[in-house]
Amino acid sequence: MSSRTRLARSRPTEGACGKTGTWRVFRPVIDRGKCNACGICAMYCPDAAISEDLEVDLDFCKGCGICAHECPKKAIMMVREEK
Amino acid sequence: MTDIPREEYILKCTSACAGCSDSLTLRYVLKAAGPDTVLVVPACCTSVIQGIYPNTAMNIPVYNVAFAAAAACASGMSAAFKAVGRKTNVIVYAGDGGTVDIGIQALSGAFERGTDFLYICYDNEAYGNTGMQRSGSTPAGARTTTTPAGKGQTKKDLDAIVAAHNPPYMATACASYPKDLFSKVQKALSIRGPKFIHVLSPCPPGWRYSSERSVEMGRLAVRSGMWILYEREFGKVTINGPSKAAMIKPVPLEEYLEPQGRFKGISPEARALLRSVAERNAQRLKKEEEGIC
Repeated sequence: MSSRTRLARSRPTEGACGKTGTWRVFRPVIDRGKCNACGICAMYCPDAAISEDLEVDLDFCKGCGICAHECPKKAIMMVREEK
Repeated sequence: MTDIPREEYILKCTSACAGCSDSLTLRYVLKAAGPDTVLVVPACCTSVIQGIYPNTAMNIPVYNVAFAAAAACASGMSAAFKAVGRKTNVIVYAGDGGTVDIGIQALSGAFERGTDFLYICYDNEAYGNTGMQRSGSTPAGARTTTTPAGKGQTKKDLDAIVAAHNPPYMATACASYPKDLFSKVQKALSIRGPKFIHVLSPCPPGWRYSSERSVEMGRLAVRSGMWILYEREFGKVTINGPSKAAMIKPVPLEEYLEPQGRFKGISPEARALLRSVAERNAQRLKKEEEGIC
């Protein structure tokens, strides 16, 4: 077994590619008043950065804007990140 | 989202570009396949987005192989799992370059041998990973870095090539219809033998549109008839709902071409060629569904 443990094997880790949130130019901001919790944003998020209770994980959100574009209630605004 | 499991097999976050529909597709493929799955990935975007050793974003075993060897490798893997009596899903997840151009001999061989595996080709219609060079899958008129004036030839009809092998199940899908994609992967994995799913995967930097329109672009491809969603089970063709609607009342082709920078300044001849190919494919599939040919 010892030879097996020496194999060069990558381990599944969160943030394997770093905090991809630093790529973001525009940040999604959810307007809870307009949101009807349909979950379409979470369904279409390519990186699963929107959780079940529709909170955006800003450590990893790349700011692609699909959530805001697909939202049927237009409840998500893309706001420019301030430095 | 009731029937789609909440488990994610891609951990946050891959190094895919913002708005990448490959990673959206992979999310649903892995949700459908579950944890008892091995992914065979030849050189393509997916082999890059996994992350850097000693970490990986993929929460299932992934085997990275050379471009031309993906289906051959999966054949061996499938045989090995059968020999030890395990029912692990073997899924090849390859890009269009690794399927349409380089991997086609291995693909054809594995289908001829009747290997029990699922081959998924996610098609962004060029070699996206290396900087958007032309592939056999690039449609007519599209600009790539190696066809700066637009490609003169039409897209290779991979589905017809695979259909000629008479697989028990093949389908086309698009990540803009995640439930459809999910159920097709589940159905494919429930059948023994070689299965094939061709997924259209719009690519924001390669197709040159802004990243938020990825899902919309896939939907427009289906609605304009440029991408037809259908299944072929034991030779019987079923055209899926969104494409059936598109055949009756399609959105104008321009709506699909306009937002994409790769079709900027497309010649009227190339546009006519695109349209005629799409119409021919639709006619053929419609006839096959009705059992005429």
